[in-house]
Amino acid sequence: MPVNEIRSLSTNPLKSSQPLGAAYAFLGIEGAMPLLHGSQGCTAFALVLFVRHFKETIPIQTTAMNEVSTVLGGADHLEEAILNIRTRANPRLIGVCTTALVETRGEDFAADLASITSRRADAIGDCRVVLAETPDFRGSIEEGWSAAVTATIEALTRQTTRRDPERLVVLAPSHFTVGDIETLRQTVEAFGLTPVILPDISGSLDGTVPDRWIPSTYGGTPVADIEALGAACHCVAVGEHMRRPAEALRRKTGLAYTLLPTLTGLAAADRLVTLLARLSGRPVPAAIRRRRSQLQDAMLDGHFHFGGRRIAVAAEPDLLYQMAAFFADMGAETTVAIASTPDSPILEAVPAEVTVGDLGDLEERAAGVDLLVSHAHGRQASERLGIPLFRVGFPIFDRLGAQHRRSALYEGTRDLIFEVANTLIAADHHHPTPESLDPLRNRETLHDSRPSPEPRRH
Amino acid sequence: MSLKARIATLFDEPACPTNREKSETTRKKGCSKPLTPGAAAGGCAFDGAKIVLQPVTDVAHLIHGPLACEGNSWDNRHAASSGSDLWRRSFTTDLSELDIVMGNGERKLFKAIRTIVERHDPPAVFVYSTCVTALIGDDVAAVCKRAGERFGRPVVPVEAPGFAGSKNLGNKLAGETLLDHVIGTVEPDDVTPCDVNILGEYNLVGEFWFVKPLLEELGIRLRAVIPGDARYRDIATAHRAKANMIVCSSALITLARRMQERWGIPYFEGSFYGISDTSAAIRGLCRLLVGQGAPADLLDRAEALIAREEAIAWQRIAPLKPRLAGKRVLLNTGGVKSWSMVDALHEAGMEVIRTSIKKSTDEDKARALAALKDEKHLFDRLAPREIYRMLVDGEVDIMLSGSRTQFIALKAKTPWLDVNQERHHPYAGYEGIVELLKRIDLAVNSPVFPALRAPAPWDETGRLMDPGVPPAEVVHSFRKFANGVLEDADDC
Repeated sequence: MPVNEIRSLSTNPLKSSQPLGAAYAFLGIEGAMPLLHGSQGCTAFALVLFVRHFKETIPIQTTAMNEVSTVLGGADHLEEAILNIRTRANPRLIGVCTTALVETRGEDFAADLASITSRRADAIGDCRVVLAETPDFRGSIEEGWSAAVTATIEALTRQTTRRDPERLVVLAPSHFTVGDIETLRQTVEAFGLTPVILPDISGSLDGTVPDRWIPSTYGGTPVADIEALGAACHCVAVGEHMRRPAEALRRKTGLAYTLLPTLTGLAAADRLVTLLARLSGRPVPAAIRRRRSQLQDAMLDGHFHFGGRRIAVAAEPDLLYQMAAFFADMGAETTVAIASTPDSPILEAVPAEVTVGDLGDLEERAAGVDLLVSHAHGRQASERLGIPLFRVGFPIFDRLGAQHRRSALYEGTRDLIFEVANTLIAADHHHPTPESLDPLRNRETLHDSRPSPEPRRH
Repeated sequence: MSLKARIATLFDEPACPTNREKSETTRKKGCSKPLTPGAAAGGCAFDGAKIVLQPVTDVAHLIHGPLACEGNSWDNRHAASSGSDLWRRSFTTDLSELDIVMGNGERKLFKAIRTIVERHDPPAVFVYSTCVTALIGDDVAAVCKRAGERFGRPVVPVEAPGFAGSKNLGNKLAGETLLDHVIGTVEPDDVTPCDVNILGEYNLVGEFWFVKPLLEELGIRLRAVIPGDARYRDIATAHRAKANMIVCSSALITLARRMQERWGIPYFEGSFYGISDTSAAIRGLCRLLVGQGAPADLLDRAEALIAREEAIAWQRIAPLKPRLAGKRVLLNTGGVKSWSMVDALHEAGMEVIRTSIKKSTDEDKARALAALKDEKHLFDRLAPREIYRMLVDGEVDIMLSGSRTQFIALKAKTPWLDVNQERHHPYAGYEGIVELLKRIDLAVNSPVFPALRAPAPWDETGRLMDPGVPPAEVVHSFRKFANGVLEDADDC
């Protein structure tokens, strides 16, 4: 079991809020507008974080709860917000994400929404409204993301028994970048299958420049595809947090699913590729076999830089698992593993002793490791400890191109190996000195536990 | 003396056991085998000379030639300096076509030396000739002499153009250069009865600093380590040492013998790789020093230190032994003496399957044989194809070699560790052997290799080995609940 002590203080939080995760998922649906049901600030902070990470205009709205509506009930604000968004942005879907404020107040949002959509059916028209209940006081990005996808499937997907042998549903995890999704799509397509990826941020947050002003998301999974999601040959859910939406889809349409906890690493990528070969009945294409061989070579060239390294990872549960498993595959040891939230069963599978905590815990425990792995907020710990930070997950606001970095499948793992190794190489700037190598130093206490001298590379 | 004459004298090396066994006529032919065009590997004489001299830290090393000689080879070794980093800077005259056609080389060289002196003010400049400048007849020695007078510091010509021969010859020519131009040019005022030189020690990755404090604890004073972490002045005063230890024998044996002839400094060959060899080296140094008049208790103090350090090393190796015991090693090294490596690996319970004796003398071979107990295990030169076969067939758990052969191992998905000059980890002394074994442990037990060796789940045409069946379809069955919500009825 992960260590999860009750504490009264979080220092340098690792988590982002659950509604942020839900809004993020809605951003991967075509023509969607996430609507945070809460006070203005709930949205503004999330928006700023999104903009800093993606360097894009992010469509996201707020019900702007005020003192009066907080006391008397927020249904009016919700209605007004939906109608205003409908008029101004004309989205295909409004994704309502509740926040701690309105959840604490405790309203019946489902009933409110049902009432609004039936009373104002004329005004709302064909715009779909989905409700994800995502209070900030529970969960983190992965839970919010999972809740939004589950809610979307429950609200939109039609019951069906039709099966389309050419279509494959892929439920993508929150830590997949635009680059990961593009790689995943190409891999599925190489087997002659048409992937329906949900959520699909690859069209909406991939840093393209459209030639007109679009107030909602552009790109993303089309609503029509979500409605017909059951008409596929199979569903692949990536990451433990996508089990809930996969279950929802199965309950609704009977579509069977395979849950792959990660697509990073040789064996993990093999599992997906084997599954695709089975589903399609086609051989593995030469291009994919070549990528596999490239990854093998990257593992050979890279393992020198991983062997014996001690790594501290702080991340959302599935991402934590992905990174810790990756480091174990490469011969490095995750000596510090901090999870943002306690509930995911994947934490049991992380090859390290997991603590549920924050970046303060990371900083406290990580002294002496070779590499910190976390999102950009880990930089303070990195600066104070003098240990390089390898940025993964969300947010990454102090580096460019986060959405195009890959870690999934053969090519993503290959990239990840090179990026991590390069980070380690760049950090090895200590040149050996007579003092650092002196065998007589601290002989009384340390001669058995002394770390190996720092390697030097040019 | 012409280059040809100098090379001829170098080949007449009475201290070299290989040479002693030769007949008069074969000896005259020299010891470097003629290279086979189209089938040659390894560095040239310039490379060899630069390897030996460049770790001298406070000297500016100026390469006189077109760009490739220096431009393609600089900053590629990991000798460490405790002082100046001038040695790491790359200086070359970068001769252009016009320079060569118009004969501007000498003038350009002089100006280059002037610029270096003005900018960096080094205690000395080493000027390396190269094939082209030797071919067009630039008189590097004359320019150096003139520049030395003009700028008031030694400007040393290193005449080892690439075409002169192999890397090993270049090593020897570098030793000659030190003898002719550097050693003995400065008289030290701080000589002790325990001054020693270590010849052929490069201080790669600072590894000699694992050893130096031990010698200093015994009161042994390192007059000069040539060339690792050496200052120009250290080498210039090296003739006042009481004993020489030579580490990489085939390279600088001539230097050691001439120093004995000229200044009466006795020498012995030793190695700092492996526990027993390190101990033997310390004993050897002390014995020579006592013979030269150092206090006799040096030997007892050395034994005490050796006992202490060996115990600590064994203690640190113990936890590694279970992880290494029985692992089979292919040792394919040139520079590092194979027998000292063999001993070191045996110390950890590993089994040496084959070892290269390519650059070894007969004495080395005898020692390697003694360590291995079977001649089958020695090989002069293994073809890459044969090495690859051995690795693929799983006859070997790890190959230790230089970086040139690393990809034979890696492409055969076999652990490999760099034990040659390009390596990134210090392996000398008692600490170094522990470090080496740690590195072997990390390599040989890396999880990457089993993962890579597991076959792909499909054949070479991409067809699945185990076609299996597509994941089962879930039976589509719904049941209406009282409240009208559709729920899945089967509990899978």
